[in-house]
Amino acid sequence: MSTAETATPSATADRVGHSGGRKDAAPKIRGRAQFAGDINVPRMVHGKVLRAEFPHARIVSIDTSAAERMPGVVAVLVGPELTGFDPYWGHAIKDRPILALDRVRFRGEPVAAVAAEDEATAEAALREIVVEYEELPVLGTVAEAIADDAPLVHDGELRPGLFHGLGKLPEREGNVCYRYRLDAGSVELAEAEGELTVEGEYEFPAVYQYAMETHTVVADFGDGEITLWASCQHPFLVRAEIADLFNLPLGRVRVIVPYLGGGFGSKSYTKMEPITAALSWKAGRPVRIQNGVEESMVTTRRHGMRCRMRTTADRDGKLLSRSVRLWLDTGAYADNGPRVCATAGDAAPGPYRWEAVHVAASCVYSNTAPAGSYRAFGAVHMQWIGEMQIDELARRAGIDPLEIRRRNLLRPGEPVRPDGSGKPLDADLVGDVEKAAAAVGWGEPKREWAGRGLSVGLLAAGAHPVSNASVRMEADGGVEVNVGTTEMGQGARTVMAQIAAEELAIEIDRVTVQGADTRFTPYDRSTGASRSTTLAGLAVQRAAADLRERLLETAAGAWGADRPELEIVDGVVHGPGHEAGYPELIAERFGFAGGELVGQGEVRPEQGSGSYAEGPVFWEICIAAAEVVVDPETGRVGVERMATIADVGKAINPLLVERQDEGAVLQGVGNALFEEMVYKDGYLTNDNLLDYRVPRIEDMPAQMTGIIVENGDGPGPYGAKGCGEGAQAATPAAIATALADAGVPMNQLPFTPERVWRRIQELR
Amino acid sequence: MGEVTARIGVNGTPRELVVPAQELLLDTLRERLGLTGAKRSCDVQVCGTCTVLVDGEPVSSCTYLTCDADGREVLTIEGFAEQPEFAEFERAFDERAALQCGFCTPGFVLTLKALRDAGELRSREDVIQGLDGNICRCTGYKSIVEAAEMLIGEPAAGLRGER
Repeated sequence: MSTAETATPSATADRVGHSGGRKDAAPKIRGRAQFAGDINVPRMVHGKVLRAEFPHARIVSIDTSAAERMPGVVAVLVGPELTGFDPYWGHAIKDRPILALDRVRFRGEPVAAVAAEDEATAEAALREIVVEYEELPVLGTVAEAIADDAPLVHDGELRPGLFHGLGKLPEREGNVCYRYRLDAGSVELAEAEGELTVEGEYEFPAVYQYAMETHTVVADFGDGEITLWASCQHPFLVRAEIADLFNLPLGRVRVIVPYLGGGFGSKSYTKMEPITAALSWKAGRPVRIQNGVEESMVTTRRHGMRCRMRTTADRDGKLLSRSVRLWLDTGAYADNGPRVCATAGDAAPGPYRWEAVHVAASCVYSNTAPAGSYRAFGAVHMQWIGEMQIDELARRAGIDPLEIRRRNLLRPGEPVRPDGSGKPLDADLVGDVEKAAAAVGWGEPKREWAGRGLSVGLLAAGAHPVSNASVRMEADGGVEVNVGTTEMGQGARTVMAQIAAEELAIEIDRVTVQGADTRFTPYDRSTGASRSTTLAGLAVQRAAADLRERLLETAAGAWGADRPELEIVDGVVHGPGHEAGYPELIAERFGFAGGELVGQGEVRPEQGSGSYAEGPVFWEICIAAAEVVVDPETGRVGVERMATIADVGKAINPLLVERQDEGAVLQGVGNALFEEMVYKDGYLTNDNLLDYRVPRIEDMPAQMTGIIVENGDGPGPYGAKGCGEGAQAATPAAIATALADAGVPMNQLPFTPERVWRRIQELR
Repeated sequence: MGEVTARIGVNGTPRELVVPAQELLLDTLRERLGLTGAKRSCDVQVCGTCTVLVDGEPVSSCTYLTCDADGREVLTIEGFAEQPEFAEFERAFDERAALQCGFCTPGFVLTLKALRDAGELRSREDVIQGLDGNICRCTGYKSIVEAAEMLIGEPAAGLRGER
């Protein structure tokens, strides 16, 4: 990095690479940290949303008169009132009205919204709204949605949203809203030459992210200006979508992001902001809408998927070809479906050397809740399938699963995409998987019904590389980092403070990092795709280095010294016959007891356009090993040992890296063993946390090992690259391969006791 | 909608609250008293993020009627943070980085305090069993168990047997 080359050596700046405490620990432990639902603004009223009772129906009439007459009700808003502007939004495809206009496409779709003096009144008013529906045929599954005679979920042309970012939208084909295709070499020829072939059909469930803080927005729409306090991961993209929707200049929409109570992708892009802003417009007062869990479950979810895969190898286990056909259920509105589809397509070949690959992926509308981003999307869908097939080929070839990977895994510098496009591999996968295998006792004797498994994958990470930051030093030497990264638990504010402290050789305590306020915070594309440390962190590093230059230039000018004669140690600039702390230098510069210095940092595509096809920014490494034990009487799977690799280039804060991966493992365990949104004919049958089970403390694997690999091979500050998603993609896959090793290969997630027990009976 | 008067000690301060009979303690704390440390999430008493202590016992305030707290003492995270004993809990969670988004953290801290006050925080097994009613979606629990293990010990002097 250019900044590292120009850095003034600093003997004591060791803030990076140390597991210091979190900047947000005290406010969070004391319950003082502010989340969107804790915000009260003057004159604020409470909003509630009336949601569709049917998965697919025409709205015949809506009668809101009784609700409007209720004391305490301030406003009632319905779709047909949204006239005079284009009420459709959607960052990928503009397919979604703020409120249902003439028909509802999923059960839970917003139909009306009420603002009232208190929540109880708003809720009571919802019960007074009478909606007459005429039910329409329901497409409850992908199979139904892609049938030749399936009715269309959306009529007419699909319009691209502001940020679909995947080139030209392909022609629509029935209910398929996006297609991804990859062809390299001739699969037919490779299969003819292959001696070993594995083929199967697989199912992946719809899953709920369950950020414990449900989607929450406070909106104040007044005087041609909208202010939003929103639980959102991507404030600048939300700002753009809201400005576009309501025909306002960007500067007239202000998005303020407090702490987020978890995101995991569920708060990426725009969610509840349009409806809250519209209700505030109608009410003429600030409005807060806070979803219940049952509402957040139908606001966004992970895509369910059906997949057929065939992998071929020669007799010695040399991989030859892979052919993949997959269908993702994106629900009634596209949300981030197109990108999930492209990422799944990207992940489908797996990190191996092939003679030929064919991938065809479809993103399909149905009458279920919209599906979007959830940690490690695409990779988590594909990795368990691909890795189970690799293991089956190893078994048939008579070689060890670790050995087949050693022979076939890509080496650093080799192209990842089989067609040679995009960024080549930037990691040592063989070294990584060997470490993971060793951590679960690979090769040691096993008991009956125990199995060990490995999984290796790659996830296209970083999204589009645009991040800016500024670092401001006050007259007393205190430093404020302004960066758009959302703190949603991953520790971003701590890591940004460490980077600034390192560059300026000061104590981390002197650094403050605030949440984004789009009016003042420099632009950052988004918080997701494991990009914050790598891209926003690089912007902060550059901004802090820029600020350091201002300080050195001030000292050089004041002392008549040459720059190479200056050195910074612990926040003090030393030069020939002089030394001065930062406050003295600022006072010197301005001849006054006030003033400030500001450094700017910018990150943009270094070569090419930064497009998805040319990317990714880096390949996130998804590697894990598992040891499981199956109880053949009950089908229960116990995870005894889990090891994950955080191949992060450089760990800015090693403890936080480990902690993030432990969380990813537990979410992966949930995805593998019990999490599933159960839909029946378009009705979600487990829309609460009693029936939808997430991992509890007793589900923690008996042994969890997080291994950090630091090869300095990332594009971020100090050679860092992102983490936090890889372990989630790798965990279900490692559990799947371990379960197959125990004698129970499964083709449907989650591996519930009932499914595992039935499979054992089948195999007996 | 009938209203009731509830006399409740909130973090040591006696309060006389006139509230609808069906009002939930979580709403009273958050909306009337501005004590937002207890959070709303699952609404069905499984996640533990709304945990407060009523007469020393952890309860899910999302399913606890305010009128049922009449004559009782409620301790929220804001109140606990003022007590000398809190420093030890804060140090443990900070040192082990046993929090991420922080939404669930006050609930875990208060549950652990109640367990320790009851003499039920003696082992790792106690920790696992005692925290069964609290969900954390971020951490993977390992760090929370490590923090809790730092807190294993006897109840603070004079507390045992008081609840």
